[in-house]
Amino acid sequence: MYNKTIAELSAGLEAGEFSSVELTQVYLDRINSLDEQLNSFITVTPERALEQAKNADIQRAAGNAGILNGIPLAQKDIFCTKDVKTSCGSKMLDPFISPYNATTINKFNDSGAVMLGKTNMDEFAMGSSNETSWYGPVKNPWKQDAVPGGSSGGSAAAVAARLAPAATGTDTGGSIRQPASFCGITGLKPTYGRVSRYGMIAFASSLDQAGPMTRTAEDAALMLNVMAGMDPRDSTSVDEAVPDYTANLNDSIEGLKIGLPKEYFSEGLDDSVAKVIESAVKEYEKMGAVIKEISLPTSNLAVPTYYIIAPSECSSNLSRMDGVRFGHRCKDPKDLNDLYIRSRGEGFGPEVKRRILVGTYALSEGFYDAYYVKAQKTRRLIANDFNQAFDDVDVIMGPAAPSTAFNIGELTDDPITMYLSDIYTIAVNLAGLPGMSIPAGFANDMPVGLQLIGKHFAESKLLNVAHQFQKETDWHLKAPASFK
Amino acid sequence: MQWEVVIGLEIHVQLSTKSKIFSGASTAYGAEPNTQACTVDLGLPGVLPVFNGEALKKSVMFGLAVGAQINERSVFDRKNYFYPDSPKAYQISQLYYPVVGEGHIDIVLEDGSQKRIGVTRAHMEEDAGKSLHENFHKQTGIDLNRAGTPLLEIVSEPDMRSPKEAVAYMRKIHSIVRYLGISDGNMQEGSFRCDANVSLRPKGQEEFGTRAELKNINSFRFVEKAINVEIERQMDILESGGTVTQETRLYDSEKNETRSMRSKEEANDYRYFPDPDLLPIVISAEEIEAIRKTLPELPDAKCARYMEQLGLSEKDARALTVDRDMAEYYEQVQQAVDDAKMAANWLLGEVSAMNNKNGLEFKDCPVNAVQLTGLLKRVKDNTISGKIAKEVFEAMFTGEGSGGEGDADTIIDKKGLKQITDTGAIEAIIDEVIANNPGQVAEFQSGKDKLIGFFVGQVMKASKGKANPGQVNQILMQKLRS
Repeated sequence: MYNKTIAELSAGLEAGEFSSVELTQVYLDRINSLDEQLNSFITVTPERALEQAKNADIQRAAGNAGILNGIPLAQKDIFCTKDVKTSCGSKMLDPFISPYNATTINKFNDSGAVMLGKTNMDEFAMGSSNETSWYGPVKNPWKQDAVPGGSSGGSAAAVAARLAPAATGTDTGGSIRQPASFCGITGLKPTYGRVSRYGMIAFASSLDQAGPMTRTAEDAALMLNVMAGMDPRDSTSVDEAVPDYTANLNDSIEGLKIGLPKEYFSEGLDDSVAKVIESAVKEYEKMGAVIKEISLPTSNLAVPTYYIIAPSECSSNLSRMDGVRFGHRCKDPKDLNDLYIRSRGEGFGPEVKRRILVGTYALSEGFYDAYYVKAQKTRRLIANDFNQAFDDVDVIMGPAAPSTAFNIGELTDDPITMYLSDIYTIAVNLAGLPGMSIPAGFANDMPVGLQLIGKHFAESKLLNVAHQFQKETDWHLKAPASFK
Repeated sequence: MQWEVVIGLEIHVQLSTKSKIFSGASTAYGAEPNTQACTVDLGLPGVLPVFNGEALKKSVMFGLAVGAQINERSVFDRKNYFYPDSPKAYQISQLYYPVVGEGHIDIVLEDGSQKRIGVTRAHMEEDAGKSLHENFHKQTGIDLNRAGTPLLEIVSEPDMRSPKEAVAYMRKIHSIVRYLGISDGNMQEGSFRCDANVSLRPKGQEEFGTRAELKNINSFRFVEKAINVEIERQMDILESGGTVTQETRLYDSEKNETRSMRSKEEANDYRYFPDPDLLPIVISAEEIEAIRKTLPELPDAKCARYMEQLGLSEKDARALTVDRDMAEYYEQVQQAVDDAKMAANWLLGEVSAMNNKNGLEFKDCPVNAVQLTGLLKRVKDNTISGKIAKEVFEAMFTGEGSGGEGDADTIIDKKGLKQITDTGAIEAIIDEVIANNPGQVAEFQSGKDKLIGFFVGQVMKASKGKANPGQVNQILMQKLRS
C-alpha cells in the first residue's frame, strides 16, 4: 500500500478498499519502525493523525470527500501548526507550540488530509544538507552515509522512504528541488506568490515559497490544487486564478521548445550527472520536443546575489527570536542585553549565526549600497535573462544540482562548496519563477534530478512536461532498497 | 555673543483608524494589557503584515492639507533595533519613499505677522508597545496593545527660531489633524507627541550648529519649556568655549531639565531596507483627487471667510477657528441667532472663560450649541439682559436643563429672571429710587451728568437686575430732567 501514489490511494479510499484510519496506521507504523534510521521526522503526531483520519472517513461516508480526503501527509516543521511544536529545526523554537495554523496547514485540514507529523529540516531552512538541524542530520534513504539535501531534507527522505505518500517543502534557493534530486522524488517550487507564506516561518521573505514533494507529477498537481491561491493574510501572494493543475497533465508535448542553458552544463557539473541529464533530454527529443541551446549570461551572479539578499532578509526576520515572548530563553538573565545575547547565542546554531552576521553586515550603514542595493540590481539582471530566454523557449531544463548526494560531514567545513550545491536552483528563486526537480536516472547508484524551469505561473506547463516524462520512464517509481 | 536658536520638530500623530496599520486588532485606548494584540502584533514566527488602507487615506488628507506633494508610490522599510516593546525587533516605517513629500503651513507670530514653516515630509509607520516597570519585581512588563497603531510622522524643516514659534507650529499641526479628523490629537494618551531638534548658532551665521534631539514631548507647555532649558544648556556650553555634542536627550518635566539618552556614537545603526513582506503602496492621481474633494474647510480658509463674510476681526476669526469643535459650535450658534459678533463675543468670552476655569476642552463644554442659541435668542428679544444671561449660562453649565433650546426659558421662568419691560413697573421703581435719594437728584440736576450711572445702578439693584436697561435709562432721564 505504501508504494502507492496519492492518486492511487485516493481511488482506493473512494472504492472502500481501505479506510483512512487503516492507511494512516500503515504510515505511522512505518515511521515508528523505520525512521530511527533516517531521523526524517522531528515530531510525529499519531493521536492527532488518527483523529483526523477518523473524521476523514466520516466525511467520505457522508459523500463529502475531495481527492486529498484521508490522505496522510508529512508537513515540514517550518509551517506553524496549532498546538503542535513548530521548531523550524532550531533549539531556539524547540519550546514553541504554535497558537495558530499556517494558511497551508489550514488548507490541508480543510481538504481532509491527515498530518502524520512534522519533518526535519535545516535550522530555519538554512542549509543544503539537513546537517544544520538542531535535531541532528537526516540520512539519505538511498545511502545512509549520504545527506538527503536540504533544507527540506526530512520531507524528501520521508517521501523517498515511503514513510509518507507526500510532504510539503519550502524552497528559498533550492530547498525543495535539491533534496528532491538527492532523494529521487518529484519536487515543485511554485512561482513566488502562488502559495501563501502566512504561518511559514520566514527565512528570506522575497524568496521563500512552499510547494509539494511527491513521488509523481500528478501527485504534485493534486497537492498544488490545495496549496495555491491568493491569501488576504499574505500581501505578496498573487491574485491569479488557480487552474486545476491536473487538467493539462496529458497534453501532448510534441513541438515543445526546451532551452538548455549552456552555463548549466559547464565547469562544476559532475560528468556522471551530466550524462543522466543528457539522456533525459534525449528522451524528450524522442517525445517530439525541440531542443535549443540558450544562454543565461548572468548565471554566475546568482550565488553571490543570493548570499547578500537571503542573509540580509534573514538577519531581520530572525530578530524576533529574542527570548522575550516565545522560544528559548537563557537561564537567569542579568539584564536585557544579557537576555538577548545569551538567548540568541544559545538558541541559534553556527550556520544561522553565520548568515545573520553576513546579513547584518550587508545592511549596515556605509555598506548597504555596495551590497544590498547592488544585489537587487543584479537580481533584476538575472530575472531579465530568464525573460529573454523565454521569448524563444517554453521550458528551460538542466540539472537540479551539480552532483548527487554528498556524504554527511563531507562539506560541513566548506560552506562555499556547500553553497555552490544550489548553483542551478538559486537563480530561479531570484527570478521568482516556478521550478521542478524530477527523477531522471542514477549516477553511481544515487538519484539524479532533472530541473524544469517555467515562466511565471506556468506550473501547469511544468507539471504537464514532467508527467509526460514520467509516462515514458520509471525512474520516479524506483524505491531505495531498504524501504521497498 | 548674540545666539540664534534653530528648531525643527518631528511630530508623531496617531491616526484614528479602527484597526491597526498591519493587523485587524483594535486600536482603542486603555484596554487591559495585551488584550488588543493579535498574533501579528505579537510578532510570532510566520506572521505577516497586511496594510490598512485607511491609514493611507488619512495620511494623504494631511499631505493635501499642507499643500504637499503626494507620492503615488511609497514604500515601507524595516527599521531594525532590539527592544522588548518592539516585538519583531524592527519597526515598519517609510525611510526612502515616504507617502507625503514637501509641504508647508503658516503660523501666526506674537506680533500678528505670519511665518511659513516648511514640512519636509510625512511618513506612515507603526507604533511600538509599552514597557511597564512598576509592579514586576525588578523585571519589566510588556504591553503590546499599542504595538502596530498607525502613526504619521510629520517632519518639519529647521525653520523655527524661538520656542514660541515651535509651539505655534505644533498647535497649527494639531489644529489641522483635528480638522481633518485623522487623529483624536489626545496628548495625554500619546496620540500627538513630538521630538524637537534644537541647535544654536551665532546670529548672522548661515551654517547650523550641532543639534540635540529632545525626545517624546507630549504637551504644548512642555515643548516650550524643554526647548528653553535646552537653549540655556547649550548657551552655557558655547559661552564657556565648549562644543555641543550631537545626541538624543530626554526632557524631564518634573525637574525641568534635559538629560543625555545616547550620543551619536552610541546611536543605533537601524539597517533600513525595504520590507519584503509588503508591496509598494500605490495610489492613483484620481484617488488623490477623490480624497481632496472630501477635505473639510481648514482653519486658514475658515478664518478668512469669517472675516470676509461675517465681518469679524482677524483676532476673533483666528481665535474661533483654531479648534474645529469651537468653530463648528460657533457656526451653529451664529446661524441660528443671526448675529456673528454676538455669538463670537459669547464664545470667546463667557463660554471659553468657563471652560478654561473648569479645565475643559471645547468639545467637552457641558452647554451645547442649541442651548446657547436658546439663551442668546432671549437676549436678542430683550427677555433678559446680557448680565442675567451669564447667570442663566452658569446654571446650564452646572447641569440645569435638558440640553434643548428651551432650557434658557425654563431657567428664566424658574428663577424669575425675566426682564421687566412694563413701563409702569419700571416707573414705580424709579420713583422710589428718586424719592430715596434726594441729594443725588439735586446734584444731578445741578449738572453732574455722570450720576446717571448711580441711578441706573440703584434701579437695577432694586429690580434684581431684571429691569430693561434701555427703558430704565430712558425713563430715568425723562424723570430726572423734568
